[in-house]
Amino acid sequence: MTKKITIEPVTRVEGHGKVTIHLDEEGNIVQSRLHIVEFRGFERFVQGRPYWEVPVLVQRLCGICPVSHLLAAAKAMDVIVGVDPEDLSPTAEKMRRLMHYGQFFQSHALHFFHLASPDLLFGIDAPVEKRNIIGVAREHKDLAVQGVMMRKFGQEIIRLTAGKKIHGTGAIPGGINKNLSPEERDFLLKGKNPLNADKMISWALDAVNLFKFYHASHRDFIDKFAAFPSNHLSLVRKDGALDIYHGVLRSIDQDGNKILHDVDYSDYLDYIGEEVKSWSYTKFPFLRHLGKENGWYRVGPLARLNTCDFIPTPLAQKEWEEFKAYTKGKPNNMTMHTHWARLIETLHAAEVIKDLLIDPDLQGEELIRKGDKKFEGVGVIEAPRGTLFHHYKINDDDLVSMANLIVSTTHNNEPMNRSVRLVAEEKLAGQKMITEGMLNAIEVAIRAYDPCLSCATHAMGQMPLEVSLYNNENELIDRFYSYRRG
Amino acid sequence: MNQILKFKLDGVECMGYKDQYITNAAAENGFYIPTLCNIPGVKPRGACRICNVRVNGKLMTACTTPLANGMVIECQTEELKDLRKAIIELMLTEGNHFCPSCEKSGNCELQALAYRFNITVPRFKYQFPERDIEASHPKLIKDHNRCILCKRCIRVIKDEQGRNIFAFGKRGNRITINIDTELANDISDENARMAYEICPVGAILLRENAFREPIGKRKFDHVPIGIEMERFHK
Ligand code: SF4
Ligand code: FES
Repeated sequence: MTKKITIEPVTRVEGHGKVTIHLDEEGNIVQSRLHIVEFRGFERFVQGRPYWEVPVLVQRLCGICPVSHLLAAAKAMDVIVGVDPEDLSPTAEKMRRLMHYGQFFQSHALHFFHLASPDLLFGIDAPVEKRNIIGVAREHKDLAVQGVMMRKFGQEIIRLTAGKKIHGTGAIPGGINKNLSPEERDFLLKGKNPLNADKMISWALDAVNLFKFYHASHRDFIDKFAAFPSNHLSLVRKDGALDIYHGVLRSIDQDGNKILHDVDYSDYLDYIGEEVKSWSYTKFPFLRHLGKENGWYRVGPLARLNTCDFIPTPLAQKEWEEFKAYTKGKPNNMTMHTHWARLIETLHAAEVIKDLLIDPDLQGEELIRKGDKKFEGVGVIEAPRGTLFHHYKINDDDLVSMANLIVSTTHNNEPMNRSVRLVAEEKLAGQKMITEGMLNAIEVAIRAYDPCLSCATHAMGQMPLEVSLYNNENELIDRFYSYRRG
Repeated sequence: MNQILKFKLDGVECMGYKDQYITNAAAENGFYIPTLCNIPGVKPRGACRICNVRVNGKLMTACTTPLANGMVIECQTEELKDLRKAIIELMLTEGNHFCPSCEKSGNCELQALAYRFNITVPRFKYQFPERDIEASHPKLIKDHNRCILCKRCIRVIKDEQGRNIFAFGKRGNRITINIDTELANDISDENARMAYEICPVGAILLRENAFREPIGKRKFDHVPIGIEMERFHK
């Protein structure tokens, strides 16, 4: 007899998804799947609209990292107005970078302190009433405050570069619509404690240390939980440095061999295919030359720290060296190390923010450039959760005629499915009932990717969790709803 | 000199001039009567009816009604406020107004009125009409999704020979306001910008001009619409 377990939806993840697990008579896992309910609305919405509206429109895809969509679309539109993304005015590029690193900082802080830290601080078997940000606030007040203030600092950067904390404007085709006034700069650079760049660097460093401290006493869990070898893909700067705003596409295999050699992202369609599977609304991207079976890859913090050759800021570089040393320079395939990577990136973002703030180019006056119009543009950026592709075509009247988006959660579709399967094998095999701990183990595995399912599905929403257990005749044996617990 | 007239507005004794429209006289006395289709200095059309007031008990559009001696005008009654709110809600539901991606956001008078009237969810059903966007003219774009048929553009934008660049197309409830293809080809930059600015919503757009004004610098970012008129009375 085969049993089927359905987990739907997943908490502390944006969007909506469900997990189904099939067991055979002996209780072995025969199949496990993460289903994301997809709605490709935005690619349709933008059709027929003037291209300059698109960056502002598509950022509505997400309430967590709208800046990524704003910037990816703006980069595509730079190409359309005839400005190579590398030829923006220094003020425009640096303002956009400040906006993006600010967003990274706040998004990563949100993920670590609000979403991930409850699992780490209390353990994944802790009672659900405790395992949330309120629980963290009760027992680790300083940490909770730190999380809130780091997020706030990132949001202030977004406000001063994009005009609003969420869904601003800022980036426009060919540039930016404002520079940073000296007052605004000083507000971020020399703001009253703790809201200034130096404090943020020191807090980000504390967060990395907190993770390392936890890791030291939970090696087994952090190193083994849902770990599996994979390829990794991200943008890197042309010299191999970590760069989340612009660069070339690089992919490496599980042993660190380059399988995509720093290629121009405008040609992404030559390298990346998307497989459609009958049971999922979300596609499965893969590297074409390796095929569907072997060409899938991970994106996001873990992938980025694996693909890059170095981090161009000193404190984060030092942490990265330690991170690399842990795997003896080989790619790190330990899923829970994504949290470590995320915190090193948070530190890097804080350092970059400070460097940008002391750069006088931010007070420059040249905001926009223009060149010879083109009718097609691709923009790629590293969003907090991974590589984000925006691709548009326009007609003679400047109206969008085609849009294609590949978001990070879609790239991570296969890896998330693998992680779920590994956890299912460990925790659910041979079980007749679903417990709170099993449910959360699945969530923890999915959460490591910080997936934005609403973004992958191009819909909006929140995601609680439901688990159902079926036999081979599809009869329900057990069902567990996380949104009714607690 | 113009003859001075006395009138009462919401119980306050006011003064104005003969031949002055109620909206202007009210503004000079520090009262704001919401308007949308009206533009001071241009012959009023009474197209939107947001400026409805009661004059001696009778419903009239303030922008088209000249002042008369001894008029008793009611403006801020609950009934009238709700009537205006309903008209704004009708406009919002009758077209496709998607503020988040509209470049006129922050400078749009319809949006500003919606904020001023605290409109969250309109009482009417959204119509989601199928409308197109006229984008083949060299400088201007006409987005029919957002046009509220206020006719400001028809009344104001003319070429050097006084010919209308904007004109009616179709009739009845399918009425549209279109750009004259030939005249639009030669429209001066100045006139094109004026058309963009005179449109109270985002129905007339300048090519490649969007979002140049950062948030915080737009007309209604910090102050509600009409506040500059409310010198003495809120
Ligand atoms: S285009 Fe603008 S100005 Fe002209 S009628 Fe429509 S809303 Fe009024
Ligand atoms: S403003 Fe008076 S009718 Fe429109």
